[in-house]
Amino acid sequence: MKKTNAALLSTPYIVWMVVFTLVPLGVVCFYALTDAAGNFTWANLLELRAYLPVLWQSILYSLAAAFICLLLGYPVAYYISHRSPTAQKFLYMLIMLPMCMSFLLRTLAWVGLLQDTGIINDLLASLGLARLKLIRTPGAVILGMVYNYLPYMILPLYSTICKIDHRLIEAAEDLGCTPVQVFSKVILPLSVPGILSGVTMVFVPAVSTFYISQKLGNPRDTVLIGDIIERLFKQADNPNLGAALSLVLMALVFVCTGIMNRFGGDTQEGDVIV
Amino acid sequence: MAKELIRLQDLVMEFDGERILDGINLYFNDHEFLTLLGPSGCGKTTTLRIIGGFLTPTSGKVLFDGKEVNDVPPYQRQVNTVFQRYALFPHLDVYDNIAFGLNVAKVDKQEIHDRVHEMLGIVGLKGYENRRVESLSGGQQQRVAIARALVNRPKVLLLDEPLAALDLRLRKDMQNELKRIQQAMGITFIYVTHDQEEALSMSDTVVVMDKGRIQQIGRPEDIYNEPKNAFVADFIGESNILDGTMLADYKVRFFGRNFECLDKGFAPNEPVDVVIRPEDIDIVPPEQGHLVGTVTSVTFKGLNYDIICEFRGFKWLIQTTDFHPVGATIGILLNPEDIHIMKKSEYSGMFGDYSSYSAEYDELTEDAGNEED
Repeated sequence: MKKTNAALLSTPYIVWMVVFTLVPLGVVCFYALTDAAGNFTWANLLELRAYLPVLWQSILYSLAAAFICLLLGYPVAYYISHRSPTAQKFLYMLIMLPMCMSFLLRTLAWVGLLQDTGIINDLLASLGLARLKLIRTPGAVILGMVYNYLPYMILPLYSTICKIDHRLIEAAEDLGCTPVQVFSKVILPLSVPGILSGVTMVFVPAVSTFYISQKLGNPRDTVLIGDIIERLFKQADNPNLGAALSLVLMALVFVCTGIMNRFGGDTQEGDVIV
Repeated sequence: MAKELIRLQDLVMEFDGERILDGINLYFNDHEFLTLLGPSGCGKTTTLRIIGGFLTPTSGKVLFDGKEVNDVPPYQRQVNTVFQRYALFPHLDVYDNIAFGLNVAKVDKQEIHDRVHEMLGIVGLKGYENRRVESLSGGQQQRVAIARALVNRPKVLLLDEPLAALDLRLRKDMQNELKRIQQAMGITFIYVTHDQEEALSMSDTVVVMDKGRIQQIGRPEDIYNEPKNAFVADFIGESNILDGTMLADYKVRFFGRNFECLDKGFAPNEPVDVVIRPEDIDIVPPEQGHLVGTVTSVTFKGLNYDIICEFRGFKWLIQTTDFHPVGATIGILLNPEDIHIMKKSEYSGMFGDYSSYSAEYDELTEDAGNEED
């Protein structure tokens, strides 16, 4: 009886998934493997070789962003998880707050800050210093990624660190660990599920992003795979190639998250959200 | 000769103005098995955590070998702890859990290997080196926790209710095991428990605590046979405690009758608490008894019957192997050695009346096993 109810209640979403996930996926596959006339071809996939450097660049930028998020996010997550419950709630809210703001607005705000006549450069100029080339650089793109996706790093780290049993820390101290050793031998290894989950949650959206690189990067050398896909569908009107590239990107994300989960996912009971 | 290792001097601990420890004075000898025994919230775990270095006392001193160590952090202390519910490292296997302390101390790899395997032998876990700790049973995890602490060859091992989470059978086995390990390795054990039977059967010295104060220190036999006050008498085993008057040395009066006893040194006519252990009471035909009462309840306990018997409105617990039905009139005989006299204390009148017998038993079962203070 219960089983049928659950099946009944989940029907809308299952239908939704089929119609809006599986079917479109089939369509993407179809486009990727056909030419403009609808005939089967491998040509699209073979043509993708030209985009390998962009693909590689997307991966590098996203990994850099994920790594910087980890470096910035871990201490914050650790700090929050060791505050009083009230302080934790407040800090948690602070971390969540930027996520309530529009993604576009957040990125545009950085344009205003970084551009050649932007706030930072105006400030430098008023201090009599030289203006810097901040916008339209790889650094600006990575900054945009870090800024936008940092909360996705902090939240899983925070929940993982919170769950570490305090007695394990006492046990480590009892067995001779200095505070630094307690961290490296107990806290850090036990944070691995959160680290993996955070890296995945930053890497996946970052690797497929397009808006950030268009606003903060330059069209010559900070082009990311998401930008190419957008261009192929819109300007170039080549949905077949765009679909092929999307497919490859999806496969890439699967492989990357697979590798990351492999790293420690199977030895830890998983918090890993793909 | 027993050598003193640790001394606690006028230890006071307060949390948010609440006094958890109220002037603890205690010393621990080399090779001693000492148990801190008391109900939940009596301060025993706090005392242990102060010795381990996890808490700093509000006032008073902790001395190791005569040197004050109040501010020495846990990792610099010569003690290791077996934590309540083990606190094993879930990211390490059995071998690495046990080797943890030696790795931190940067002991030579070969020596680590040898010592870990020696400990595995001692705790009976040979062949479990590469098992994940989560895959072990409670008893096995407990053994790993003990091995992890002992492999460092501490001078003192602190054990915080280490057997509380195990079932009765396993607890008994581990009690014997712990005692054997302690004697084999010649290490001082400081053991915290709320289980009086565990304390009596394992310890060289038992320290009974309540309300942040030490109520009595002594060998298990002395604590049991010569409890200092009604709290100790009640907490260590079952006791009938009644009001009496010490007429003179070796002579006590209660229930309107004079009895001979083995106690002396009280003021003439001093009001006292009289303790009579339920297993010391002899049941005789009514006409031969010092006192005559009516059986109001009988419970079969396996080894014996617990009989509640009413004497002039006061209910006694009697343990006997002979069955007496409810409603039967029985006589009891009290020999001088069955009667123990205690000075009146703040606990007088609080314990030792079995009028609410069954309720008390329920409370005891509830307490067992899931206590944390």
